[in-house]
Amino acid sequence: MIHVSRRSALVLAGTLGSLLAAAPPAAAQQQAPPAAAEQQTAPPTAQQPAPLPPGSPLIGRPDTAAAQKLAPIAPPPIPAAADKLPLDKLKAPKGFTIDVYASGIDNARTLRLGDKGTVFVSSRLKDKIHAIVDKGGTREVKVVASGLHRPNGIVLHKGTLYIAELSQISKIDNVEDKLDNPPKPTVIFIDLPKDEAHGWKFLTVGPDEKLYFQVGAPCNICMPSERHAKIYRLNLDGSGLEVVASGIRQIVGMDWHPVLKQLYFTENQRDWLSEDIPEDKLNRVTQPGKDNFGFPYCHQGNIPDQEFGWGHSCNEFTKPVALLGPHAAALGMRFYTGSMFPAAYRNQIIIARHGSWNRSTKVGGDVVLVKLKPDGTFRSMEPLVTGFVQNNNYVGRPADVMVMKDGSLLVSDDYNGAVYRVSYGPQRTVRR
Amino acid sequence: MRSLAIGAILAGSAVLPLPAQPLDERLPTCFACHGENGTSQLPDTPSLGAQPAFYATVQLLMFRDRLRVSEPMNEMTKGLSDTDLQKGADIISKLPPPQPVADAPDAGRMERGRALAEQNRCNFCHQSNYAGHENVPRLAGQREDYLLKALRGYKDNSRYAYDAQMSDVVYPLKDGDFADIAYFLARLK
Repeated sequence: MIHVSRRSALVLAGTLGSLLAAAPPAAAQQQAPPAAAEQQTAPPTAQQPAPLPPGSPLIGRPDTAAAQKLAPIAPPPIPAAADKLPLDKLKAPKGFTIDVYASGIDNARTLRLGDKGTVFVSSRLKDKIHAIVDKGGTREVKVVASGLHRPNGIVLHKGTLYIAELSQISKIDNVEDKLDNPPKPTVIFIDLPKDEAHGWKFLTVGPDEKLYFQVGAPCNICMPSERHAKIYRLNLDGSGLEVVASGIRQIVGMDWHPVLKQLYFTENQRDWLSEDIPEDKLNRVTQPGKDNFGFPYCHQGNIPDQEFGWGHSCNEFTKPVALLGPHAAALGMRFYTGSMFPAAYRNQIIIARHGSWNRSTKVGGDVVLVKLKPDGTFRSMEPLVTGFVQNNNYVGRPADVMVMKDGSLLVSDDYNGAVYRVSYGPQRTVRR
Repeated sequence: MRSLAIGAILAGSAVLPLPAQPLDERLPTCFACHGENGTSQLPDTPSLGAQPAFYATVQLLMFRDRLRVSEPMNEMTKGLSDTDLQKGADIISKLPPPQPVADAPDAGRMERGRALAEQNRCNFCHQSNYAGHENVPRLAGQREDYLLKALRGYKDNSRYAYDAQMSDVVYPLKDGDFADIAYFLARLK
């Protein structure tokens, strides 16, 4: 083991930092000391903490007021009252209208629609799944399931609600017929890791009628086990587990291209590398069972990790479709398949960017439109709903989006425990 | 340890609070375990003094809603309203901070603990003086055994936090690191 003094480590870190910023990633990889990767795995001695490897992001952290503003942001534990929602702050392009669809829904996350029009809302930090029932103008919020552990992932398929908690998947058949007296969900799959870090799931059903979900990396940056950092699929009865893709840090949004039938997903990239890199990614699976998206070796498709990237090239891995902003936390996404919005929205992707915490100036905290070319590659990205960030503070945080039957778009806000409705065209009666 | 804590509650007040019992009447039971003025003398039981109100509200809510399971605390918070939780949290936040352990600290361990805490950016969220801030708890002067128990709980995923940041943070750390960090924080002046 090579011991590097704190001072020389600092100098090296500075050098590496500027290389990362200025040079193409391959150059940084060639010029950096080859001992770093080896040294990283050396255990700390009993006498003193292990010296940090050159280039470690742990070297030279400032203990300043600015750095202390980089703490993760917790949503208020009690949902905001309807009259305290930041509706007047939210902005959309001309012709769009934003209303409050529902409020008082703890930590509102994934949105799903039942065949009979019930809107289901999941939660990541609380234990409940809610249903919003629209009865000709009045909306009633009901609890469908409770006592769940981080039940972020939900999906409706042929009348059945599937729920992905942190370490198990369950279902309620014919759920819309049972909203007033819902049974306990029936567990169909339990063999999942129990890691709290990136343990919450996103759940979707593919054109092959299988359940798709991810097991995230149990860390910010680490070498994941064989079970982690992957997308899996399961038959609807919980049998037939298969790996769909690997090398994925964490996903909180997936959807299927309506024409190409390929799985697209947002991927959140690592923290603490720098303010501006890496950027979150929009990915697509073109080779099910084979695609590897690079974690922990390569970030944003072109930056080798400074600890784990040694011996690898970013060219080994499936490239992202698009970059979605540094630390922007791109979460829920759906293809817009409605007909209410302008034609340019048709079959394009709408993404909720939850917003950054690991960055001095916040990025994201908005809903964006990502336009694709007919072959499914990236064309452009533009804002749809903004205003969740005011004076570099969150007044709300979008977590998921969902297209309604009439073509309007629902947006969940897990900071305020609310759901908004975005509509286009002549304004009809606004209901709160 | 859990049975010990329950025993202490039972000793402090003959019966557990009823769901209808108002917050004020429950408080003496709180401080029977968590110590007069919120400085705990009971093993594995945290000092509450000067915890940020936001953090304390979140923990009380998690106990009430059984998002965090600790039977004595789940019982103590049963039936409290959101307003009660916020009131309780405000009371806790205004109590004096616990005093650091008064022994002569081992300088080597203190330095190891300090370095580990800084390498892992504990000081970013918990602040330079480890007094905590908003949703992030105060660590300075906390009981060493409780700090160790919390860190081990995050490592083995048995302690459910509101959000999962601590599980990220402890991922690369070993049990010996936890001991040094807890030693340092409990004695931090």
